[in-house]
Amino acid sequence: MAITDDVLVIGGGIAACTAALSAAETGARVRLLAHKKSTLRQASGLVDVLGYAGGDGPLSDPSAGLDALPEGHPYHVVGEDGVRAGLRIFDEAVGDAYRGGHTDSNALVMTHGGAVKPTARYPESVAPGLASSSGDMLLVGFAGLTDFDAPVAADHLTAAGVPFSARGVTVEFPKRFRADAKVTRFAKALDRDEEVDGGTVRSVVADTVAEKLDGESRVGFPAMLGDDHDEDVRAELSDRLGVPVFEVPTGPPSLLGLKLEDMLFDALDEAGVRISAGNPAVDFEAEDGRVETVIVDQKSRPTPYSADQVVLATGGLVGKGLDSDRESVTEPVFGCHVPHPEDRYDWSEPEAFGDHAFARFGVVPDAELRPTDEDGEPHFENLRAAGGVVGGADVAREKSASGVSLATGAVAGRLAGEEATR
Amino acid sequence: MKKSPSVLVIGGGSTGTGIARDLAMRGLDVTLVEKGNLTHGTTGRMHGLLHSGGRYAVSDQPSAKECIEENRVLRRIAGHCVEMTGGLFVQRPEDSDEYFEKKLEGCRECGIPAEVLSAEEAREIEPYLAKDIKRAIKVPDGAVDPFRLCVANAASAVEHGARIETHSEVTDVLVEDGEVVGVEVTHQTGTGPYVHGEPGEVEEIRADYVVNATGAWAGQIGDLAGVDVEVRPSKGVMTIMNTRQVDTVVNRCRPKGDADIIVPHETTCILGTTDEEVEDPEDYPEEGWEVDLMIETLSELVPMLAEARTIRSFWGVRPLYEPPGTGTEDPTDITREFFLLDHDDRDDLPGMTSIVGGKLTTYRMMAEQISDHVCEKLDVEAECRTADVPLPGSEDFTVLRDYMDDFGLRSPIGRRSAQRLGSRADEVLNSVDPNPVVCECEAVTRAEIQDSLDTAGTELNSVRIQTRASMGNCQGAICCHRMANELAPEYDEETIRASLDDLYQERWKGERHAMWGTQLSQTALKHMLHATTMNRDEDPAAADADIDFAAFDDGGASEGDASGVASGGAVADGGRERTDRAGDDALGGADGDN
Ligand SMILES: Cc1cc2nc3c(=O)[nH]c(=O)nc-3n(C[C@H](O)[C@H](O)[C@H](O)COP(=O)(O)OP(=O)(O)OC[C@H]3O[C@@H](n4cnc5c(N)ncnc54)[C@H](O)[C@@H]3O)c2cc1C
Ligand SMILES: Cc1cc2nc3c(=O)[nH]c(=O)nc-3n(C[C@H](O)[C@H](O)[C@H](O)COP(=O)(O)OP(=O)(O)OC[C@H]3O[C@@H](n4cnc5c(N)ncnc54)[C@H](O)[C@@H]3O)c2cc1C
Repeated sequence: MAITDDVLVIGGGIAACTAALSAAETGARVRLLAHKKSTLRQASGLVDVLGYAGGDGPLSDPSAGLDALPEGHPYHVVGEDGVRAGLRIFDEAVGDAYRGGHTDSNALVMTHGGAVKPTARYPESVAPGLASSSGDMLLVGFAGLTDFDAPVAADHLTAAGVPFSARGVTVEFPKRFRADAKVTRFAKALDRDEEVDGGTVRSVVADTVAEKLDGESRVGFPAMLGDDHDEDVRAELSDRLGVPVFEVPTGPPSLLGLKLEDMLFDALDEAGVRISAGNPAVDFEAEDGRVETVIVDQKSRPTPYSADQVVLATGGLVGKGLDSDRESVTEPVFGCHVPHPEDRYDWSEPEAFGDHAFARFGVVPDAELRPTDEDGEPHFENLRAAGGVVGGADVAREKSASGVSLATGAVAGRLAGEEATR
Repeated sequence: MKKSPSVLVIGGGSTGTGIARDLAMRGLDVTLVEKGNLTHGTTGRMHGLLHSGGRYAVSDQPSAKECIEENRVLRRIAGHCVEMTGGLFVQRPEDSDEYFEKKLEGCRECGIPAEVLSAEEAREIEPYLAKDIKRAIKVPDGAVDPFRLCVANAASAVEHGARIETHSEVTDVLVEDGEVVGVEVTHQTGTGPYVHGEPGEVEEIRADYVVNATGAWAGQIGDLAGVDVEVRPSKGVMTIMNTRQVDTVVNRCRPKGDADIIVPHETTCILGTTDEEVEDPEDYPEEGWEVDLMIETLSELVPMLAEARTIRSFWGVRPLYEPPGTGTEDPTDITREFFLLDHDDRDDLPGMTSIVGGKLTTYRMMAEQISDHVCEKLDVEAECRTADVPLPGSEDFTVLRDYMDDFGLRSPIGRRSAQRLGSRADEVLNSVDPNPVVCECEAVTRAEIQDSLDTAGTELNSVRIQTRASMGNCQGAICCHRMANELAPEYDEETIRASLDDLYQERWKGERHAMWGTQLSQTALKHMLHATTMNRDEDPAAADADIDFAAFDDGGASEGDASGVASGGAVADGGRERTDRAGDDALGGADGDN
């Protein structure tokens, strides 16, 4: 017999979590069906809403750019209310662990490459390092980590014209690791405050940096300051240095992204959402234009899950919510229509940062976020889509990736929940 | 003491660097100029087959004999550039028996060791060969890394006193009193290694003799000197797969044809190729159907290729030459032999010889012949030693292998580095501490990158070809910016940014030919990382307009809610266990399982 819920959300990323939380708010019984870890482990942990639109940017106010977005953009479908609803759910889910909710303005945040970018929500550990706040800055990199070069990043910040002085230094981490050690290994050493020559990891790092400090009022490290005990690590370093310490968001494996993922799953638990993880949805059964059951491949055994309403939040090309071969682009679970140029050479542009068609690939939503067929009709009455699987937004160039996921997740989840509980 | 005669070599491909090494070892005063990086031309865009000669055993036996001879020489002098994979000529049911027998006979006539294998025996070596193949011939084909080979030749030339100038284009050939006396060179960024942003300069270099080793571009140098060199550039496509679906070179055993060979290369294997004449060696169409043709035709030999992931495609142009008046219509029928064109004999223009045609496998022999010729012209008596003296990095390589085992370089990273660096591994890997991995796909550490910077300047594409960094599955998504960071502190931030942009764009060009399926997902991830997270597409540091920083969120400082030091938020640090982090180290994105 099929496992039965009111709302079934397929996916395990920020969009799926938001949709599930939003649906749960309506009182519906919700299940999240996630295959693998989401792209959050690769993402910076920042929550971008809208930074560039219609050739303008960086935008200090995301809502000012909404009108300039192209036709068919998911923000036009959900409207400014949808964007706000997504942010509200996010803020409630993560609490004080994230900042930025006190204002409608974007902050400018530096990421590990040294460029600043407009973003709407940022982890608490990132807050003291905003490029849009004042205070001279010392950036610290470690010789054994190649992703972040502090002197280069500081000069990069300066080149952007920030209203403070920035300086970078590279120091040795007090412990030696294998040549291919990842940031997670460094973070663990700080978490456990392992014994090293001259003291413990935290104290030696602090002493080394203190020697380099020259009147700066804040000190930044790549985001690797602890994992389980991140707050202790940061508090201790701040305390020993006598100035606030902050983290610079990084690429994969991103501890900030992983922590966000943990927080979202904690919020799901708290909201009573049931979670089935580890297996992909591979097929479905439909009747009278409604999805009746979703088939999950449980170690090669097909297992049916049925629900009144279904939200597809399987991500875009990276998350595997979209698939392609040399001829076409497809949505693999329900076979929803994904418009794309016929010739695969038109999927991308010769310029690396050009206006790539692939960046906007995805299903075409109707006014209720239901994926539509070639004729603009919803494929199924009770199937909605959210996040990266929805097309029409170039989230990379707009700096709107998580924002689109939040907004579409909030609206799709609410509509699904309302339908199911009506 | 009399000054040694000077020779100027134009072209930094396998031929030019081979010549520079040979002449420098003979004691001549050598300058080599190359308009791009070393291997910028055909050498950097070839298939990587160390010919056994088997491919020419029927149609072109003189070439076949040269190949097997040089194949043996390169194994000896360039051990760290060569992988002896072995090769198969595979016959499918529809391929003719007569040709198979001819191939076998031809190999034997040319002294190429050849052994007939049954279908089962062949599949034992290469399990993914099609079920219905008939049989195969086994020959000593191998894989050769053209980049490493060229760089090693150049390094050896420098050790023997040569001057090598890259990013230095010959813009005129100086002719005085009916004789070539040198060239005018335009250095893109001054002499020495390329440095972004440094102003260019023009230099006149005089020499007792000039060698034109510009391959497919030889006609252009000819034009500058006022002589005709009739090269017929012919393009071929090569498609790189994400892993080694085969570990042996797999050839189709049938007369010439497109898409008939797969060469394993480092972590990948490469499908090829085509043969189509083009007008301009630098500007010709690169089309998707050519890529499709590789996949579709070669999956007749190895069916799994039809569904496998390709990571990029690239094209190269053969410098085919035929003597005036031959008039061959089909480029595949043009001889693969090389030609030495003495412009004194040919055009009454003393002082310069052009060398065209040939193959990478026989580069050393070509270099030897033209060096003999130059020495004769300059009245120098000196023996060629290039067949006997190992290239830098290849000295005592077998001894090094044992040594590697003894000294714990057995980790995959150490092993890969040692394979690339050969006998230099110890010296290079110990030069930097700590020595973290920069490129994960290809296991390239900081020490190797730093080592390559000596000659690369700020040209990260030169770092790439020397080390393979950014050439793996993720195509630089994870490491491009790390490679750029290695330019600090020697170069400033703006220069580093410009170098990164160049490398990123270069990678993009070839990736576009592989953008579907898993590789499109990989591309999307790269785009997200570099545009979304890093904002490299809209980098305010590069934009003209000033940003009004005060208009943005200052973290609440202005509302008296200073964000300052964290003081424990709602998510208390209750020691939540996150036991799965270790497993998260594996980069899902880079290997595509995510
Ligand atoms: C490298 C990178 C950097 C980024 N940087 C930023 C940033 O700086 N700022 C920002 O705001 N955003 C950033 N993002 C974007 C953000 O992380 C999300 O990718 C985006 O918001 C889309 O989220 P999603 O939940 O729709 O999809 P995803 O995160 O892709 O999640 C999709 C989920 O669905 C699951 N799934 C897929 N198919 C199935 C199936 N058949 N059955 C069950 N489950 C399935 C997957 O396993 C996965 O858990 C970045 C993304 C990447 C890849
Ligand atoms: C598709 C393809 C596959 C091949 N596969 C194989 C194979 O598997 N095995 C094999 O042995 N051979 C192979 N070859 C052949 C081999 O690659 C070439 O024969 C060899 O690389 C030619 O080297 P070269 O030095 O003569 O020419 P190039 O490598 O082209 O060198 C000429 C150089 O001159 C430079 N130059 C041009 N104009 C100027 C100027 N004005 N000033 C300064 N410099 C200038 C160019 O930038 C270039 O770097 C292949 C060729 C092709 C096209």
